[in-house]
Amino acid sequence: MTPQSTFMILAEIREGEIDALRDLLAGMNRIEGIADPENPLLPFGQFERLHVARFVILEAETAEEMRHHGREPYPWRPSLVFLGDCDGKSRYFLDQLARRAADGLQQIFSHCVGFDPDRDDLLTWMSGRNITPKANYINWIGRTVQQVREEEALQRSLAAYLPRAIEEVGRGNARALRQKLLTHVELERDAGRLQLSPPEPTPKLWWLGNLLHKLGMPSILLLLAPLLLLSAPFLILRLRMLERSDPEIVIRPGRAHIARLSVLEDLDVTNHFNVLGDVKPGLFRLSLLKFLLLTLDYASRHVYNHGYLTRVKTIHFARWVLLDNDRRLYFASNYDGSLEGYMDDFINKVAWGLNLVFSNGVGYPRTSWLIKQGAAREQQFKYTLRRHQLPSEVWYKAYPGLTAFDLARNSRIRQGVERRQSSDRAIREWLGLI
Amino acid sequence: MSQRDGFEFEDLQGLLRFGHGRLSEACFMLLKVVDPEAAREWLLKAPVTDASSRTPLPQAAMQIAFSAEGLRVLGIDEAVIEGFSDEFIVGMTGDESRSRRLGDSGGSAPEHWRWGGDPAATPHILLLHYALPGGLQTQRASVEDDRFDAAFELIEILPTRDLGGIEHFGFADGISQPKIDWQQRQSTDLHHRDRYSNRLAVGETVLGYANEYGLYTDRPLIDPRRDERAAILADAEDLPGLKDFARNGCYLVLRQLAQDVSGFWRFLDQQSGGDAERREGLAASMVGRERDGTPLMKTGGDPIPGVAPEQQGNQFTYDADPGGHRCPLGAHIRRANPRSGDFPPGVTGFFSRLIKIFGFGQRRADEDLVASTRFHRLLRRGRPYGPPLTPEAALETDPPQAERGLHFICLVANISRQFEFVQDTWSMNSRFNGMRQESDPLLGGREPLINGENSDCFRLGQTDGPARKVCGLPRFVRVRGGGYFFMPGMRALKYIASLSAADGGAGR
Ligand code: HEM
Repeated sequence: MTPQSTFMILAEIREGEIDALRDLLAGMNRIEGIADPENPLLPFGQFERLHVARFVILEAETAEEMRHHGREPYPWRPSLVFLGDCDGKSRYFLDQLARRAADGLQQIFSHCVGFDPDRDDLLTWMSGRNITPKANYINWIGRTVQQVREEEALQRSLAAYLPRAIEEVGRGNARALRQKLLTHVELERDAGRLQLSPPEPTPKLWWLGNLLHKLGMPSILLLLAPLLLLSAPFLILRLRMLERSDPEIVIRPGRAHIARLSVLEDLDVTNHFNVLGDVKPGLFRLSLLKFLLLTLDYASRHVYNHGYLTRVKTIHFARWVLLDNDRRLYFASNYDGSLEGYMDDFINKVAWGLNLVFSNGVGYPRTSWLIKQGAAREQQFKYTLRRHQLPSEVWYKAYPGLTAFDLARNSRIRQGVERRQSSDRAIREWLGLI
Repeated sequence: MSQRDGFEFEDLQGLLRFGHGRLSEACFMLLKVVDPEAAREWLLKAPVTDASSRTPLPQAAMQIAFSAEGLRVLGIDEAVIEGFSDEFIVGMTGDESRSRRLGDSGGSAPEHWRWGGDPAATPHILLLHYALPGGLQTQRASVEDDRFDAAFELIEILPTRDLGGIEHFGFADGISQPKIDWQQRQSTDLHHRDRYSNRLAVGETVLGYANEYGLYTDRPLIDPRRDERAAILADAEDLPGLKDFARNGCYLVLRQLAQDVSGFWRFLDQQSGGDAERREGLAASMVGRERDGTPLMKTGGDPIPGVAPEQQGNQFTYDADPGGHRCPLGAHIRRANPRSGDFPPGVTGFFSRLIKIFGFGQRRADEDLVASTRFHRLLRRGRPYGPPLTPEAALETDPPQAERGLHFICLVANISRQFEFVQDTWSMNSRFNGMRQESDPLLGGREPLINGENSDCFRLGQTDGPARKVCGLPRFVRVRGGGYFFMPGMRALKYIASLSAADGGAGR
């Protein structure tokens, strides 16, 4: 198995160059917000290991909300973010990127503070600005772009062949039908039209690190447990006090802002999502946030790594990043379906999970006991979410038209090709997937 | 939650409570206000039908609704209008992104509409007349006095046709409706409605009441200290210092949907090789009911709250058919109302709920893909229009040409969460419930996705083998007009009528 990894390069934009940068980035798009995979600046499509990527201009549009906490807004200069998820180590990917798309990237980054194409080595510069997320979610750890492509080709080939197979052996005879399909796959593979590459061996170091992480985290928690238990009453008290005293910020987002976001939505079956906000002031909130992100990261790595994040099956990749000396929280995701549907999931399926993390952010609807209320306060939550949302300038996905659920189904189809089901019922179920 | 014995039906427009089915003649008028003063005077006396029960039953009824621009022209303050939702303010066609989401593209694109397509010329007022057979002219004449003529310009009149409870494709319609919980007896607690209930919080169709979240949908509230005419309005239940302009009102979504009846039956006939029984079977699969309304799902089982015992045709959910073997996953009524609860089937108590909350214990890989229905219900009030064409006649060579279809109407408290969600996330979505290459078999626009993948198929799950797939569905329904309106309560109507020229309306 080849595990995925992430990269996120953040750099401040030079004074007065934001519009020029925006125009440059817009030139990469096939339609507004969706990258042309062959665009000359950064031909995403030529990087076979890249799943998704995007350019976002981070502007602190909601920084003023900090005033409700009786504080001056933190200063922030508009910054460019280039982030993505790839197969294998992101170090190798960035290296490949720096070699094969140097001109384009130099053009882009020359709008950023501290980059001089004549002086700076692109790779070193990018690596120096690479930020590791505090929590990262991958829908299916180890599912490579290559695998996605091969399995989609398999699905299409089977679906196209199925009617003929039915004509020849009839719909009711599941075993004969499966045999036909399997033979078809064999022939197609022999002819080189289908490929089902076996997974690469899992990198030993990754495997070991993952195991240590899996065991280490709970061990540390166990060691700390007495301390945590002792302090729990105080922590809970503090939390309840803050929950009561944190200011409520109900600001309806402007229509122009929403229009700017919705132009980019529902063009593909998958959408891209960014939110940026401030972490609530005080050590308590920051520590709580860091602890919960650590837990979330752990859960994503070791529990929710095969197709679902609690009840949600529509997220391909997501990351939670602390920026600006831990003063701001940035969240970026790739999700399937409409934003209204995404928000519906947030509110009706995982409000508790969102509350855990985002209630430590300024402007989030009031929670109680950390998991209740919050996102469940529908209208207020939707306002908050939209208000803190930022558009992506450019977004790329290696497999347009495919949802995370499609990918999972394709994998199940492939499994059925490689491992024969024994019962008639299982065979019929497999046939039903095609 | 407040327990109330009565409901102030006398402040509600009748359409929210009754479909006026007995008043089988109807027409909908789209009006432009040319003289706001005259319009307000007319409105003051206009016999708008409220929702109280009457004996003897009324001979006719009239309902009225306004677009955002209509309210503006009549002098409603901009700050009040800003209290409405964005969808309402921007309008159905005011933003291309919305049109894209609703599937209003290609042949259904607003630029081809008969009315409402140009956001700069949306109708101001929607007047809905209902009457007993033969009574419609009298009903209209009774309100179209001189003041009416001075006040309004008629943009379009949308006639309707009584087809005896059948829509044009030949199916019984209006069978399933949410049962409004006027007495507010059902809890709206999140995550406690494990199963589907047909009972719906008042606040899901009427503004000013708690919705399915137990919360109040945002709406315009007026401070009576700054506008004393607002004193006649009801207090806001959640903010008693303020007057609730929208209380007992709701949003009204209207879409004129032209149906290609001969195209529909011809396609089905061709797919069925001319076999009448198979043709009917395929048609029923697309709807989810047979033509007489019998659902494809087996009825019975545990009674569903809000479904009366005599309503056997609604006593079903899809829980027992996750694979779409009995009723295809993509059938029109299954998309429009998946009858899902807050949790996938199988939750019986605290622990099973906890397990599901964390996403564990899934019985099927495709479990839990659909949102809980109760947040996405529509109270439908549409009427067909145009001359009927039976399936048999539709299949003859050269069937008579005429436009026919459905004036689709639904009443909701939240346009984006209810109507737009159902239309976009459920009906048009090629990935509804994990499917591919499909959209609603009746409503779909059949346009390919961005990667070229088609969306014109329809899958019928089979118990004995692979699904049957019908592809190449043409577009059967085309949008010809539409708009978002607000249907105020009776007090709010009086408030609108009480405004004066100084309020700005006259200048426009
Ligand atoms: C010309 C277009 C349409 C036709 C011919 C049509 C036809 C039908 C029929 C025959 C039924 C079954 C009767 C019943 O269960 O009451 C039905 C139900 C329904 N339709 Fe439509 N419909 C159309 C447009 C729409 C649109 C645009 C929507 C919403 C976006 C919609 C939403 C519903 C809903 C919510 C139900 C009830 C489903 C249930 O509760 O089980 N329909 N429709």
